[in-house]
Amino acid sequence: MTEKSLHIDWIACDGRGLCTELLSELLERDEWGYPRALGYGSDVPVPRQLQDAARDAVALCPRLALTLS
Amino acid sequence: MNAQTINPQSLNSQSLPVTTTRQTTSSDRLFLAGGPGFAQHRQVFGPLPSLSSAQLIDELRASGLAGRGGSGFPAWRKLAALDPAARGRSVIIANGAEGEPMSAKDATLLARAPHLVIDGLLLAAASLGSGDLYLYCSGTALDAARRALDEREDARRIQLREAPETFISGEASAVVRSIEKGVALPRDHRKRLTEAGLGGRPTLVHNVETLAQVALVARYGAHWFRSQGVDDESGTRLLTVRAPGNELRVIEVPGGITIDDALRRARVDPASLSAVLVGGYHGGWVPAQAFGTPLTRDRLAPFGASPGAGIVMGLAKGSCPIQVSAQIASYLAGQSARQCGPCVNGLPKMAETLSRLAGSHSAGGPLPATLAQEVRRLAHIVTGRGSCHHPDGTAQLVLSTLSTFASDVDAHLAGHCEEARA
Repeated sequence: MTEKSLHIDWIACDGRGLCTELLSELLERDEWGYPRALGYGSDVPVPRQLQDAARDAVALCPRLALTLS
Repeated sequence: MNAQTINPQSLNSQSLPVTTTRQTTSSDRLFLAGGPGFAQHRQVFGPLPSLSSAQLIDELRASGLAGRGGSGFPAWRKLAALDPAARGRSVIIANGAEGEPMSAKDATLLARAPHLVIDGLLLAAASLGSGDLYLYCSGTALDAARRALDEREDARRIQLREAPETFISGEASAVVRSIEKGVALPRDHRKRLTEAGLGGRPTLVHNVETLAQVALVARYGAHWFRSQGVDDESGTRLLTVRAPGNELRVIEVPGGITIDDALRRARVDPASLSAVLVGGYHGGWVPAQAFGTPLTRDRLAPFGASPGAGIVMGLAKGSCPIQVSAQIASYLAGQSARQCGPCVNGLPKMAETLSRLAGSHSAGGPLPATLAQEVRRLAHIVTGRGSCHHPDGTAQLVLSTLSTFASDVDAHLAGHCEEARA
């Protein structure tokens, strides 16, 4: 399986927080509720074992703000 | 405190007379025609050369020309990034929006040498076979641009568009959206403009000075281009030099000259300044003891600065650097496109915290030592977390303030201002 990257579209994101629950090992919420991966910005590398959870996050994001590629 | 009051709005290039150095020097290239007219331009520079896309890309690559809009991206790379099969559908936009309030060089270039910009746009279009061409610039430059376009037959196909007077109006994806939908707001950058830009077509957005330099490289070649400047900052570039008590000057200088040299060429006394902000509001502070630093990417990096769009703004001795930086940070917070959460929330909070630090001595008494750490923390939180680089650039300015003026920060935390004592 190749390296995957989770892209956050900040214009679409309004910090609902679903992704931070599904990917709690990868993402935390900043003080305003927006997802944050320490050391990364808009594109977050996803370890293999979290790729299924990342796919769920993409599918369930109410704002369609996430893409996995 | 001898406050150097900064009101970014009033400092807009539009409201100030621009002085450009008149005498011709060996570094004069862009303004060589001596006026904006097409006849003069043709007389000095001759007709447009004809280059294939491979020739133009190779020549630009050999020249080392870096984009003059701020990011310093190699000019040839954008051209090369276009899928050859899609070139015929491509759009090229000459970007003269110059949203950075400290910059006046693009408006000056359009007023004094618009035909080099037009040449660069037409040359790029001819070599790529591009379709639609646009010249995008703000209010004051618009008349000069229109006059120049009306002067020549081959420029009929270039469409002129007005850029709004906002800080982010010149951000590449905002440029595309402005032309497309009349709203100059950045878009998510997952999809590259060179793949899907204006109307879904491959789009190149080049700064107007970059295009003017392209017109010179196409005519005289990479070797000639490199006869000015240094290896990693080749050719000449325009600088906007501002310093309190001095006239605003736009000068053309060889790449890689020192800050001290740049100030002197703009007739500013370096001894009157305690620091300069290099690269504009998204740039970094270089203190007076480092004025020997060349304006190159590598040498400016330790200060969080880069040659960027060629801005050198002086800070007068006796002005509080924290105060000035806090004013700039507040202005930038207000210029958020208000699209991305971390920017909308983080920038005002970061600016407010820096303002608290700036106002320490009038707040009466020492501040918690954690205040500077809080500013730093907020800068790191917003960095990289936006659709454009506005939060990154604003954080960079703030972080540079904390490191260049570390002793001023300590003094403020202790409840006084070093500059005010001086």
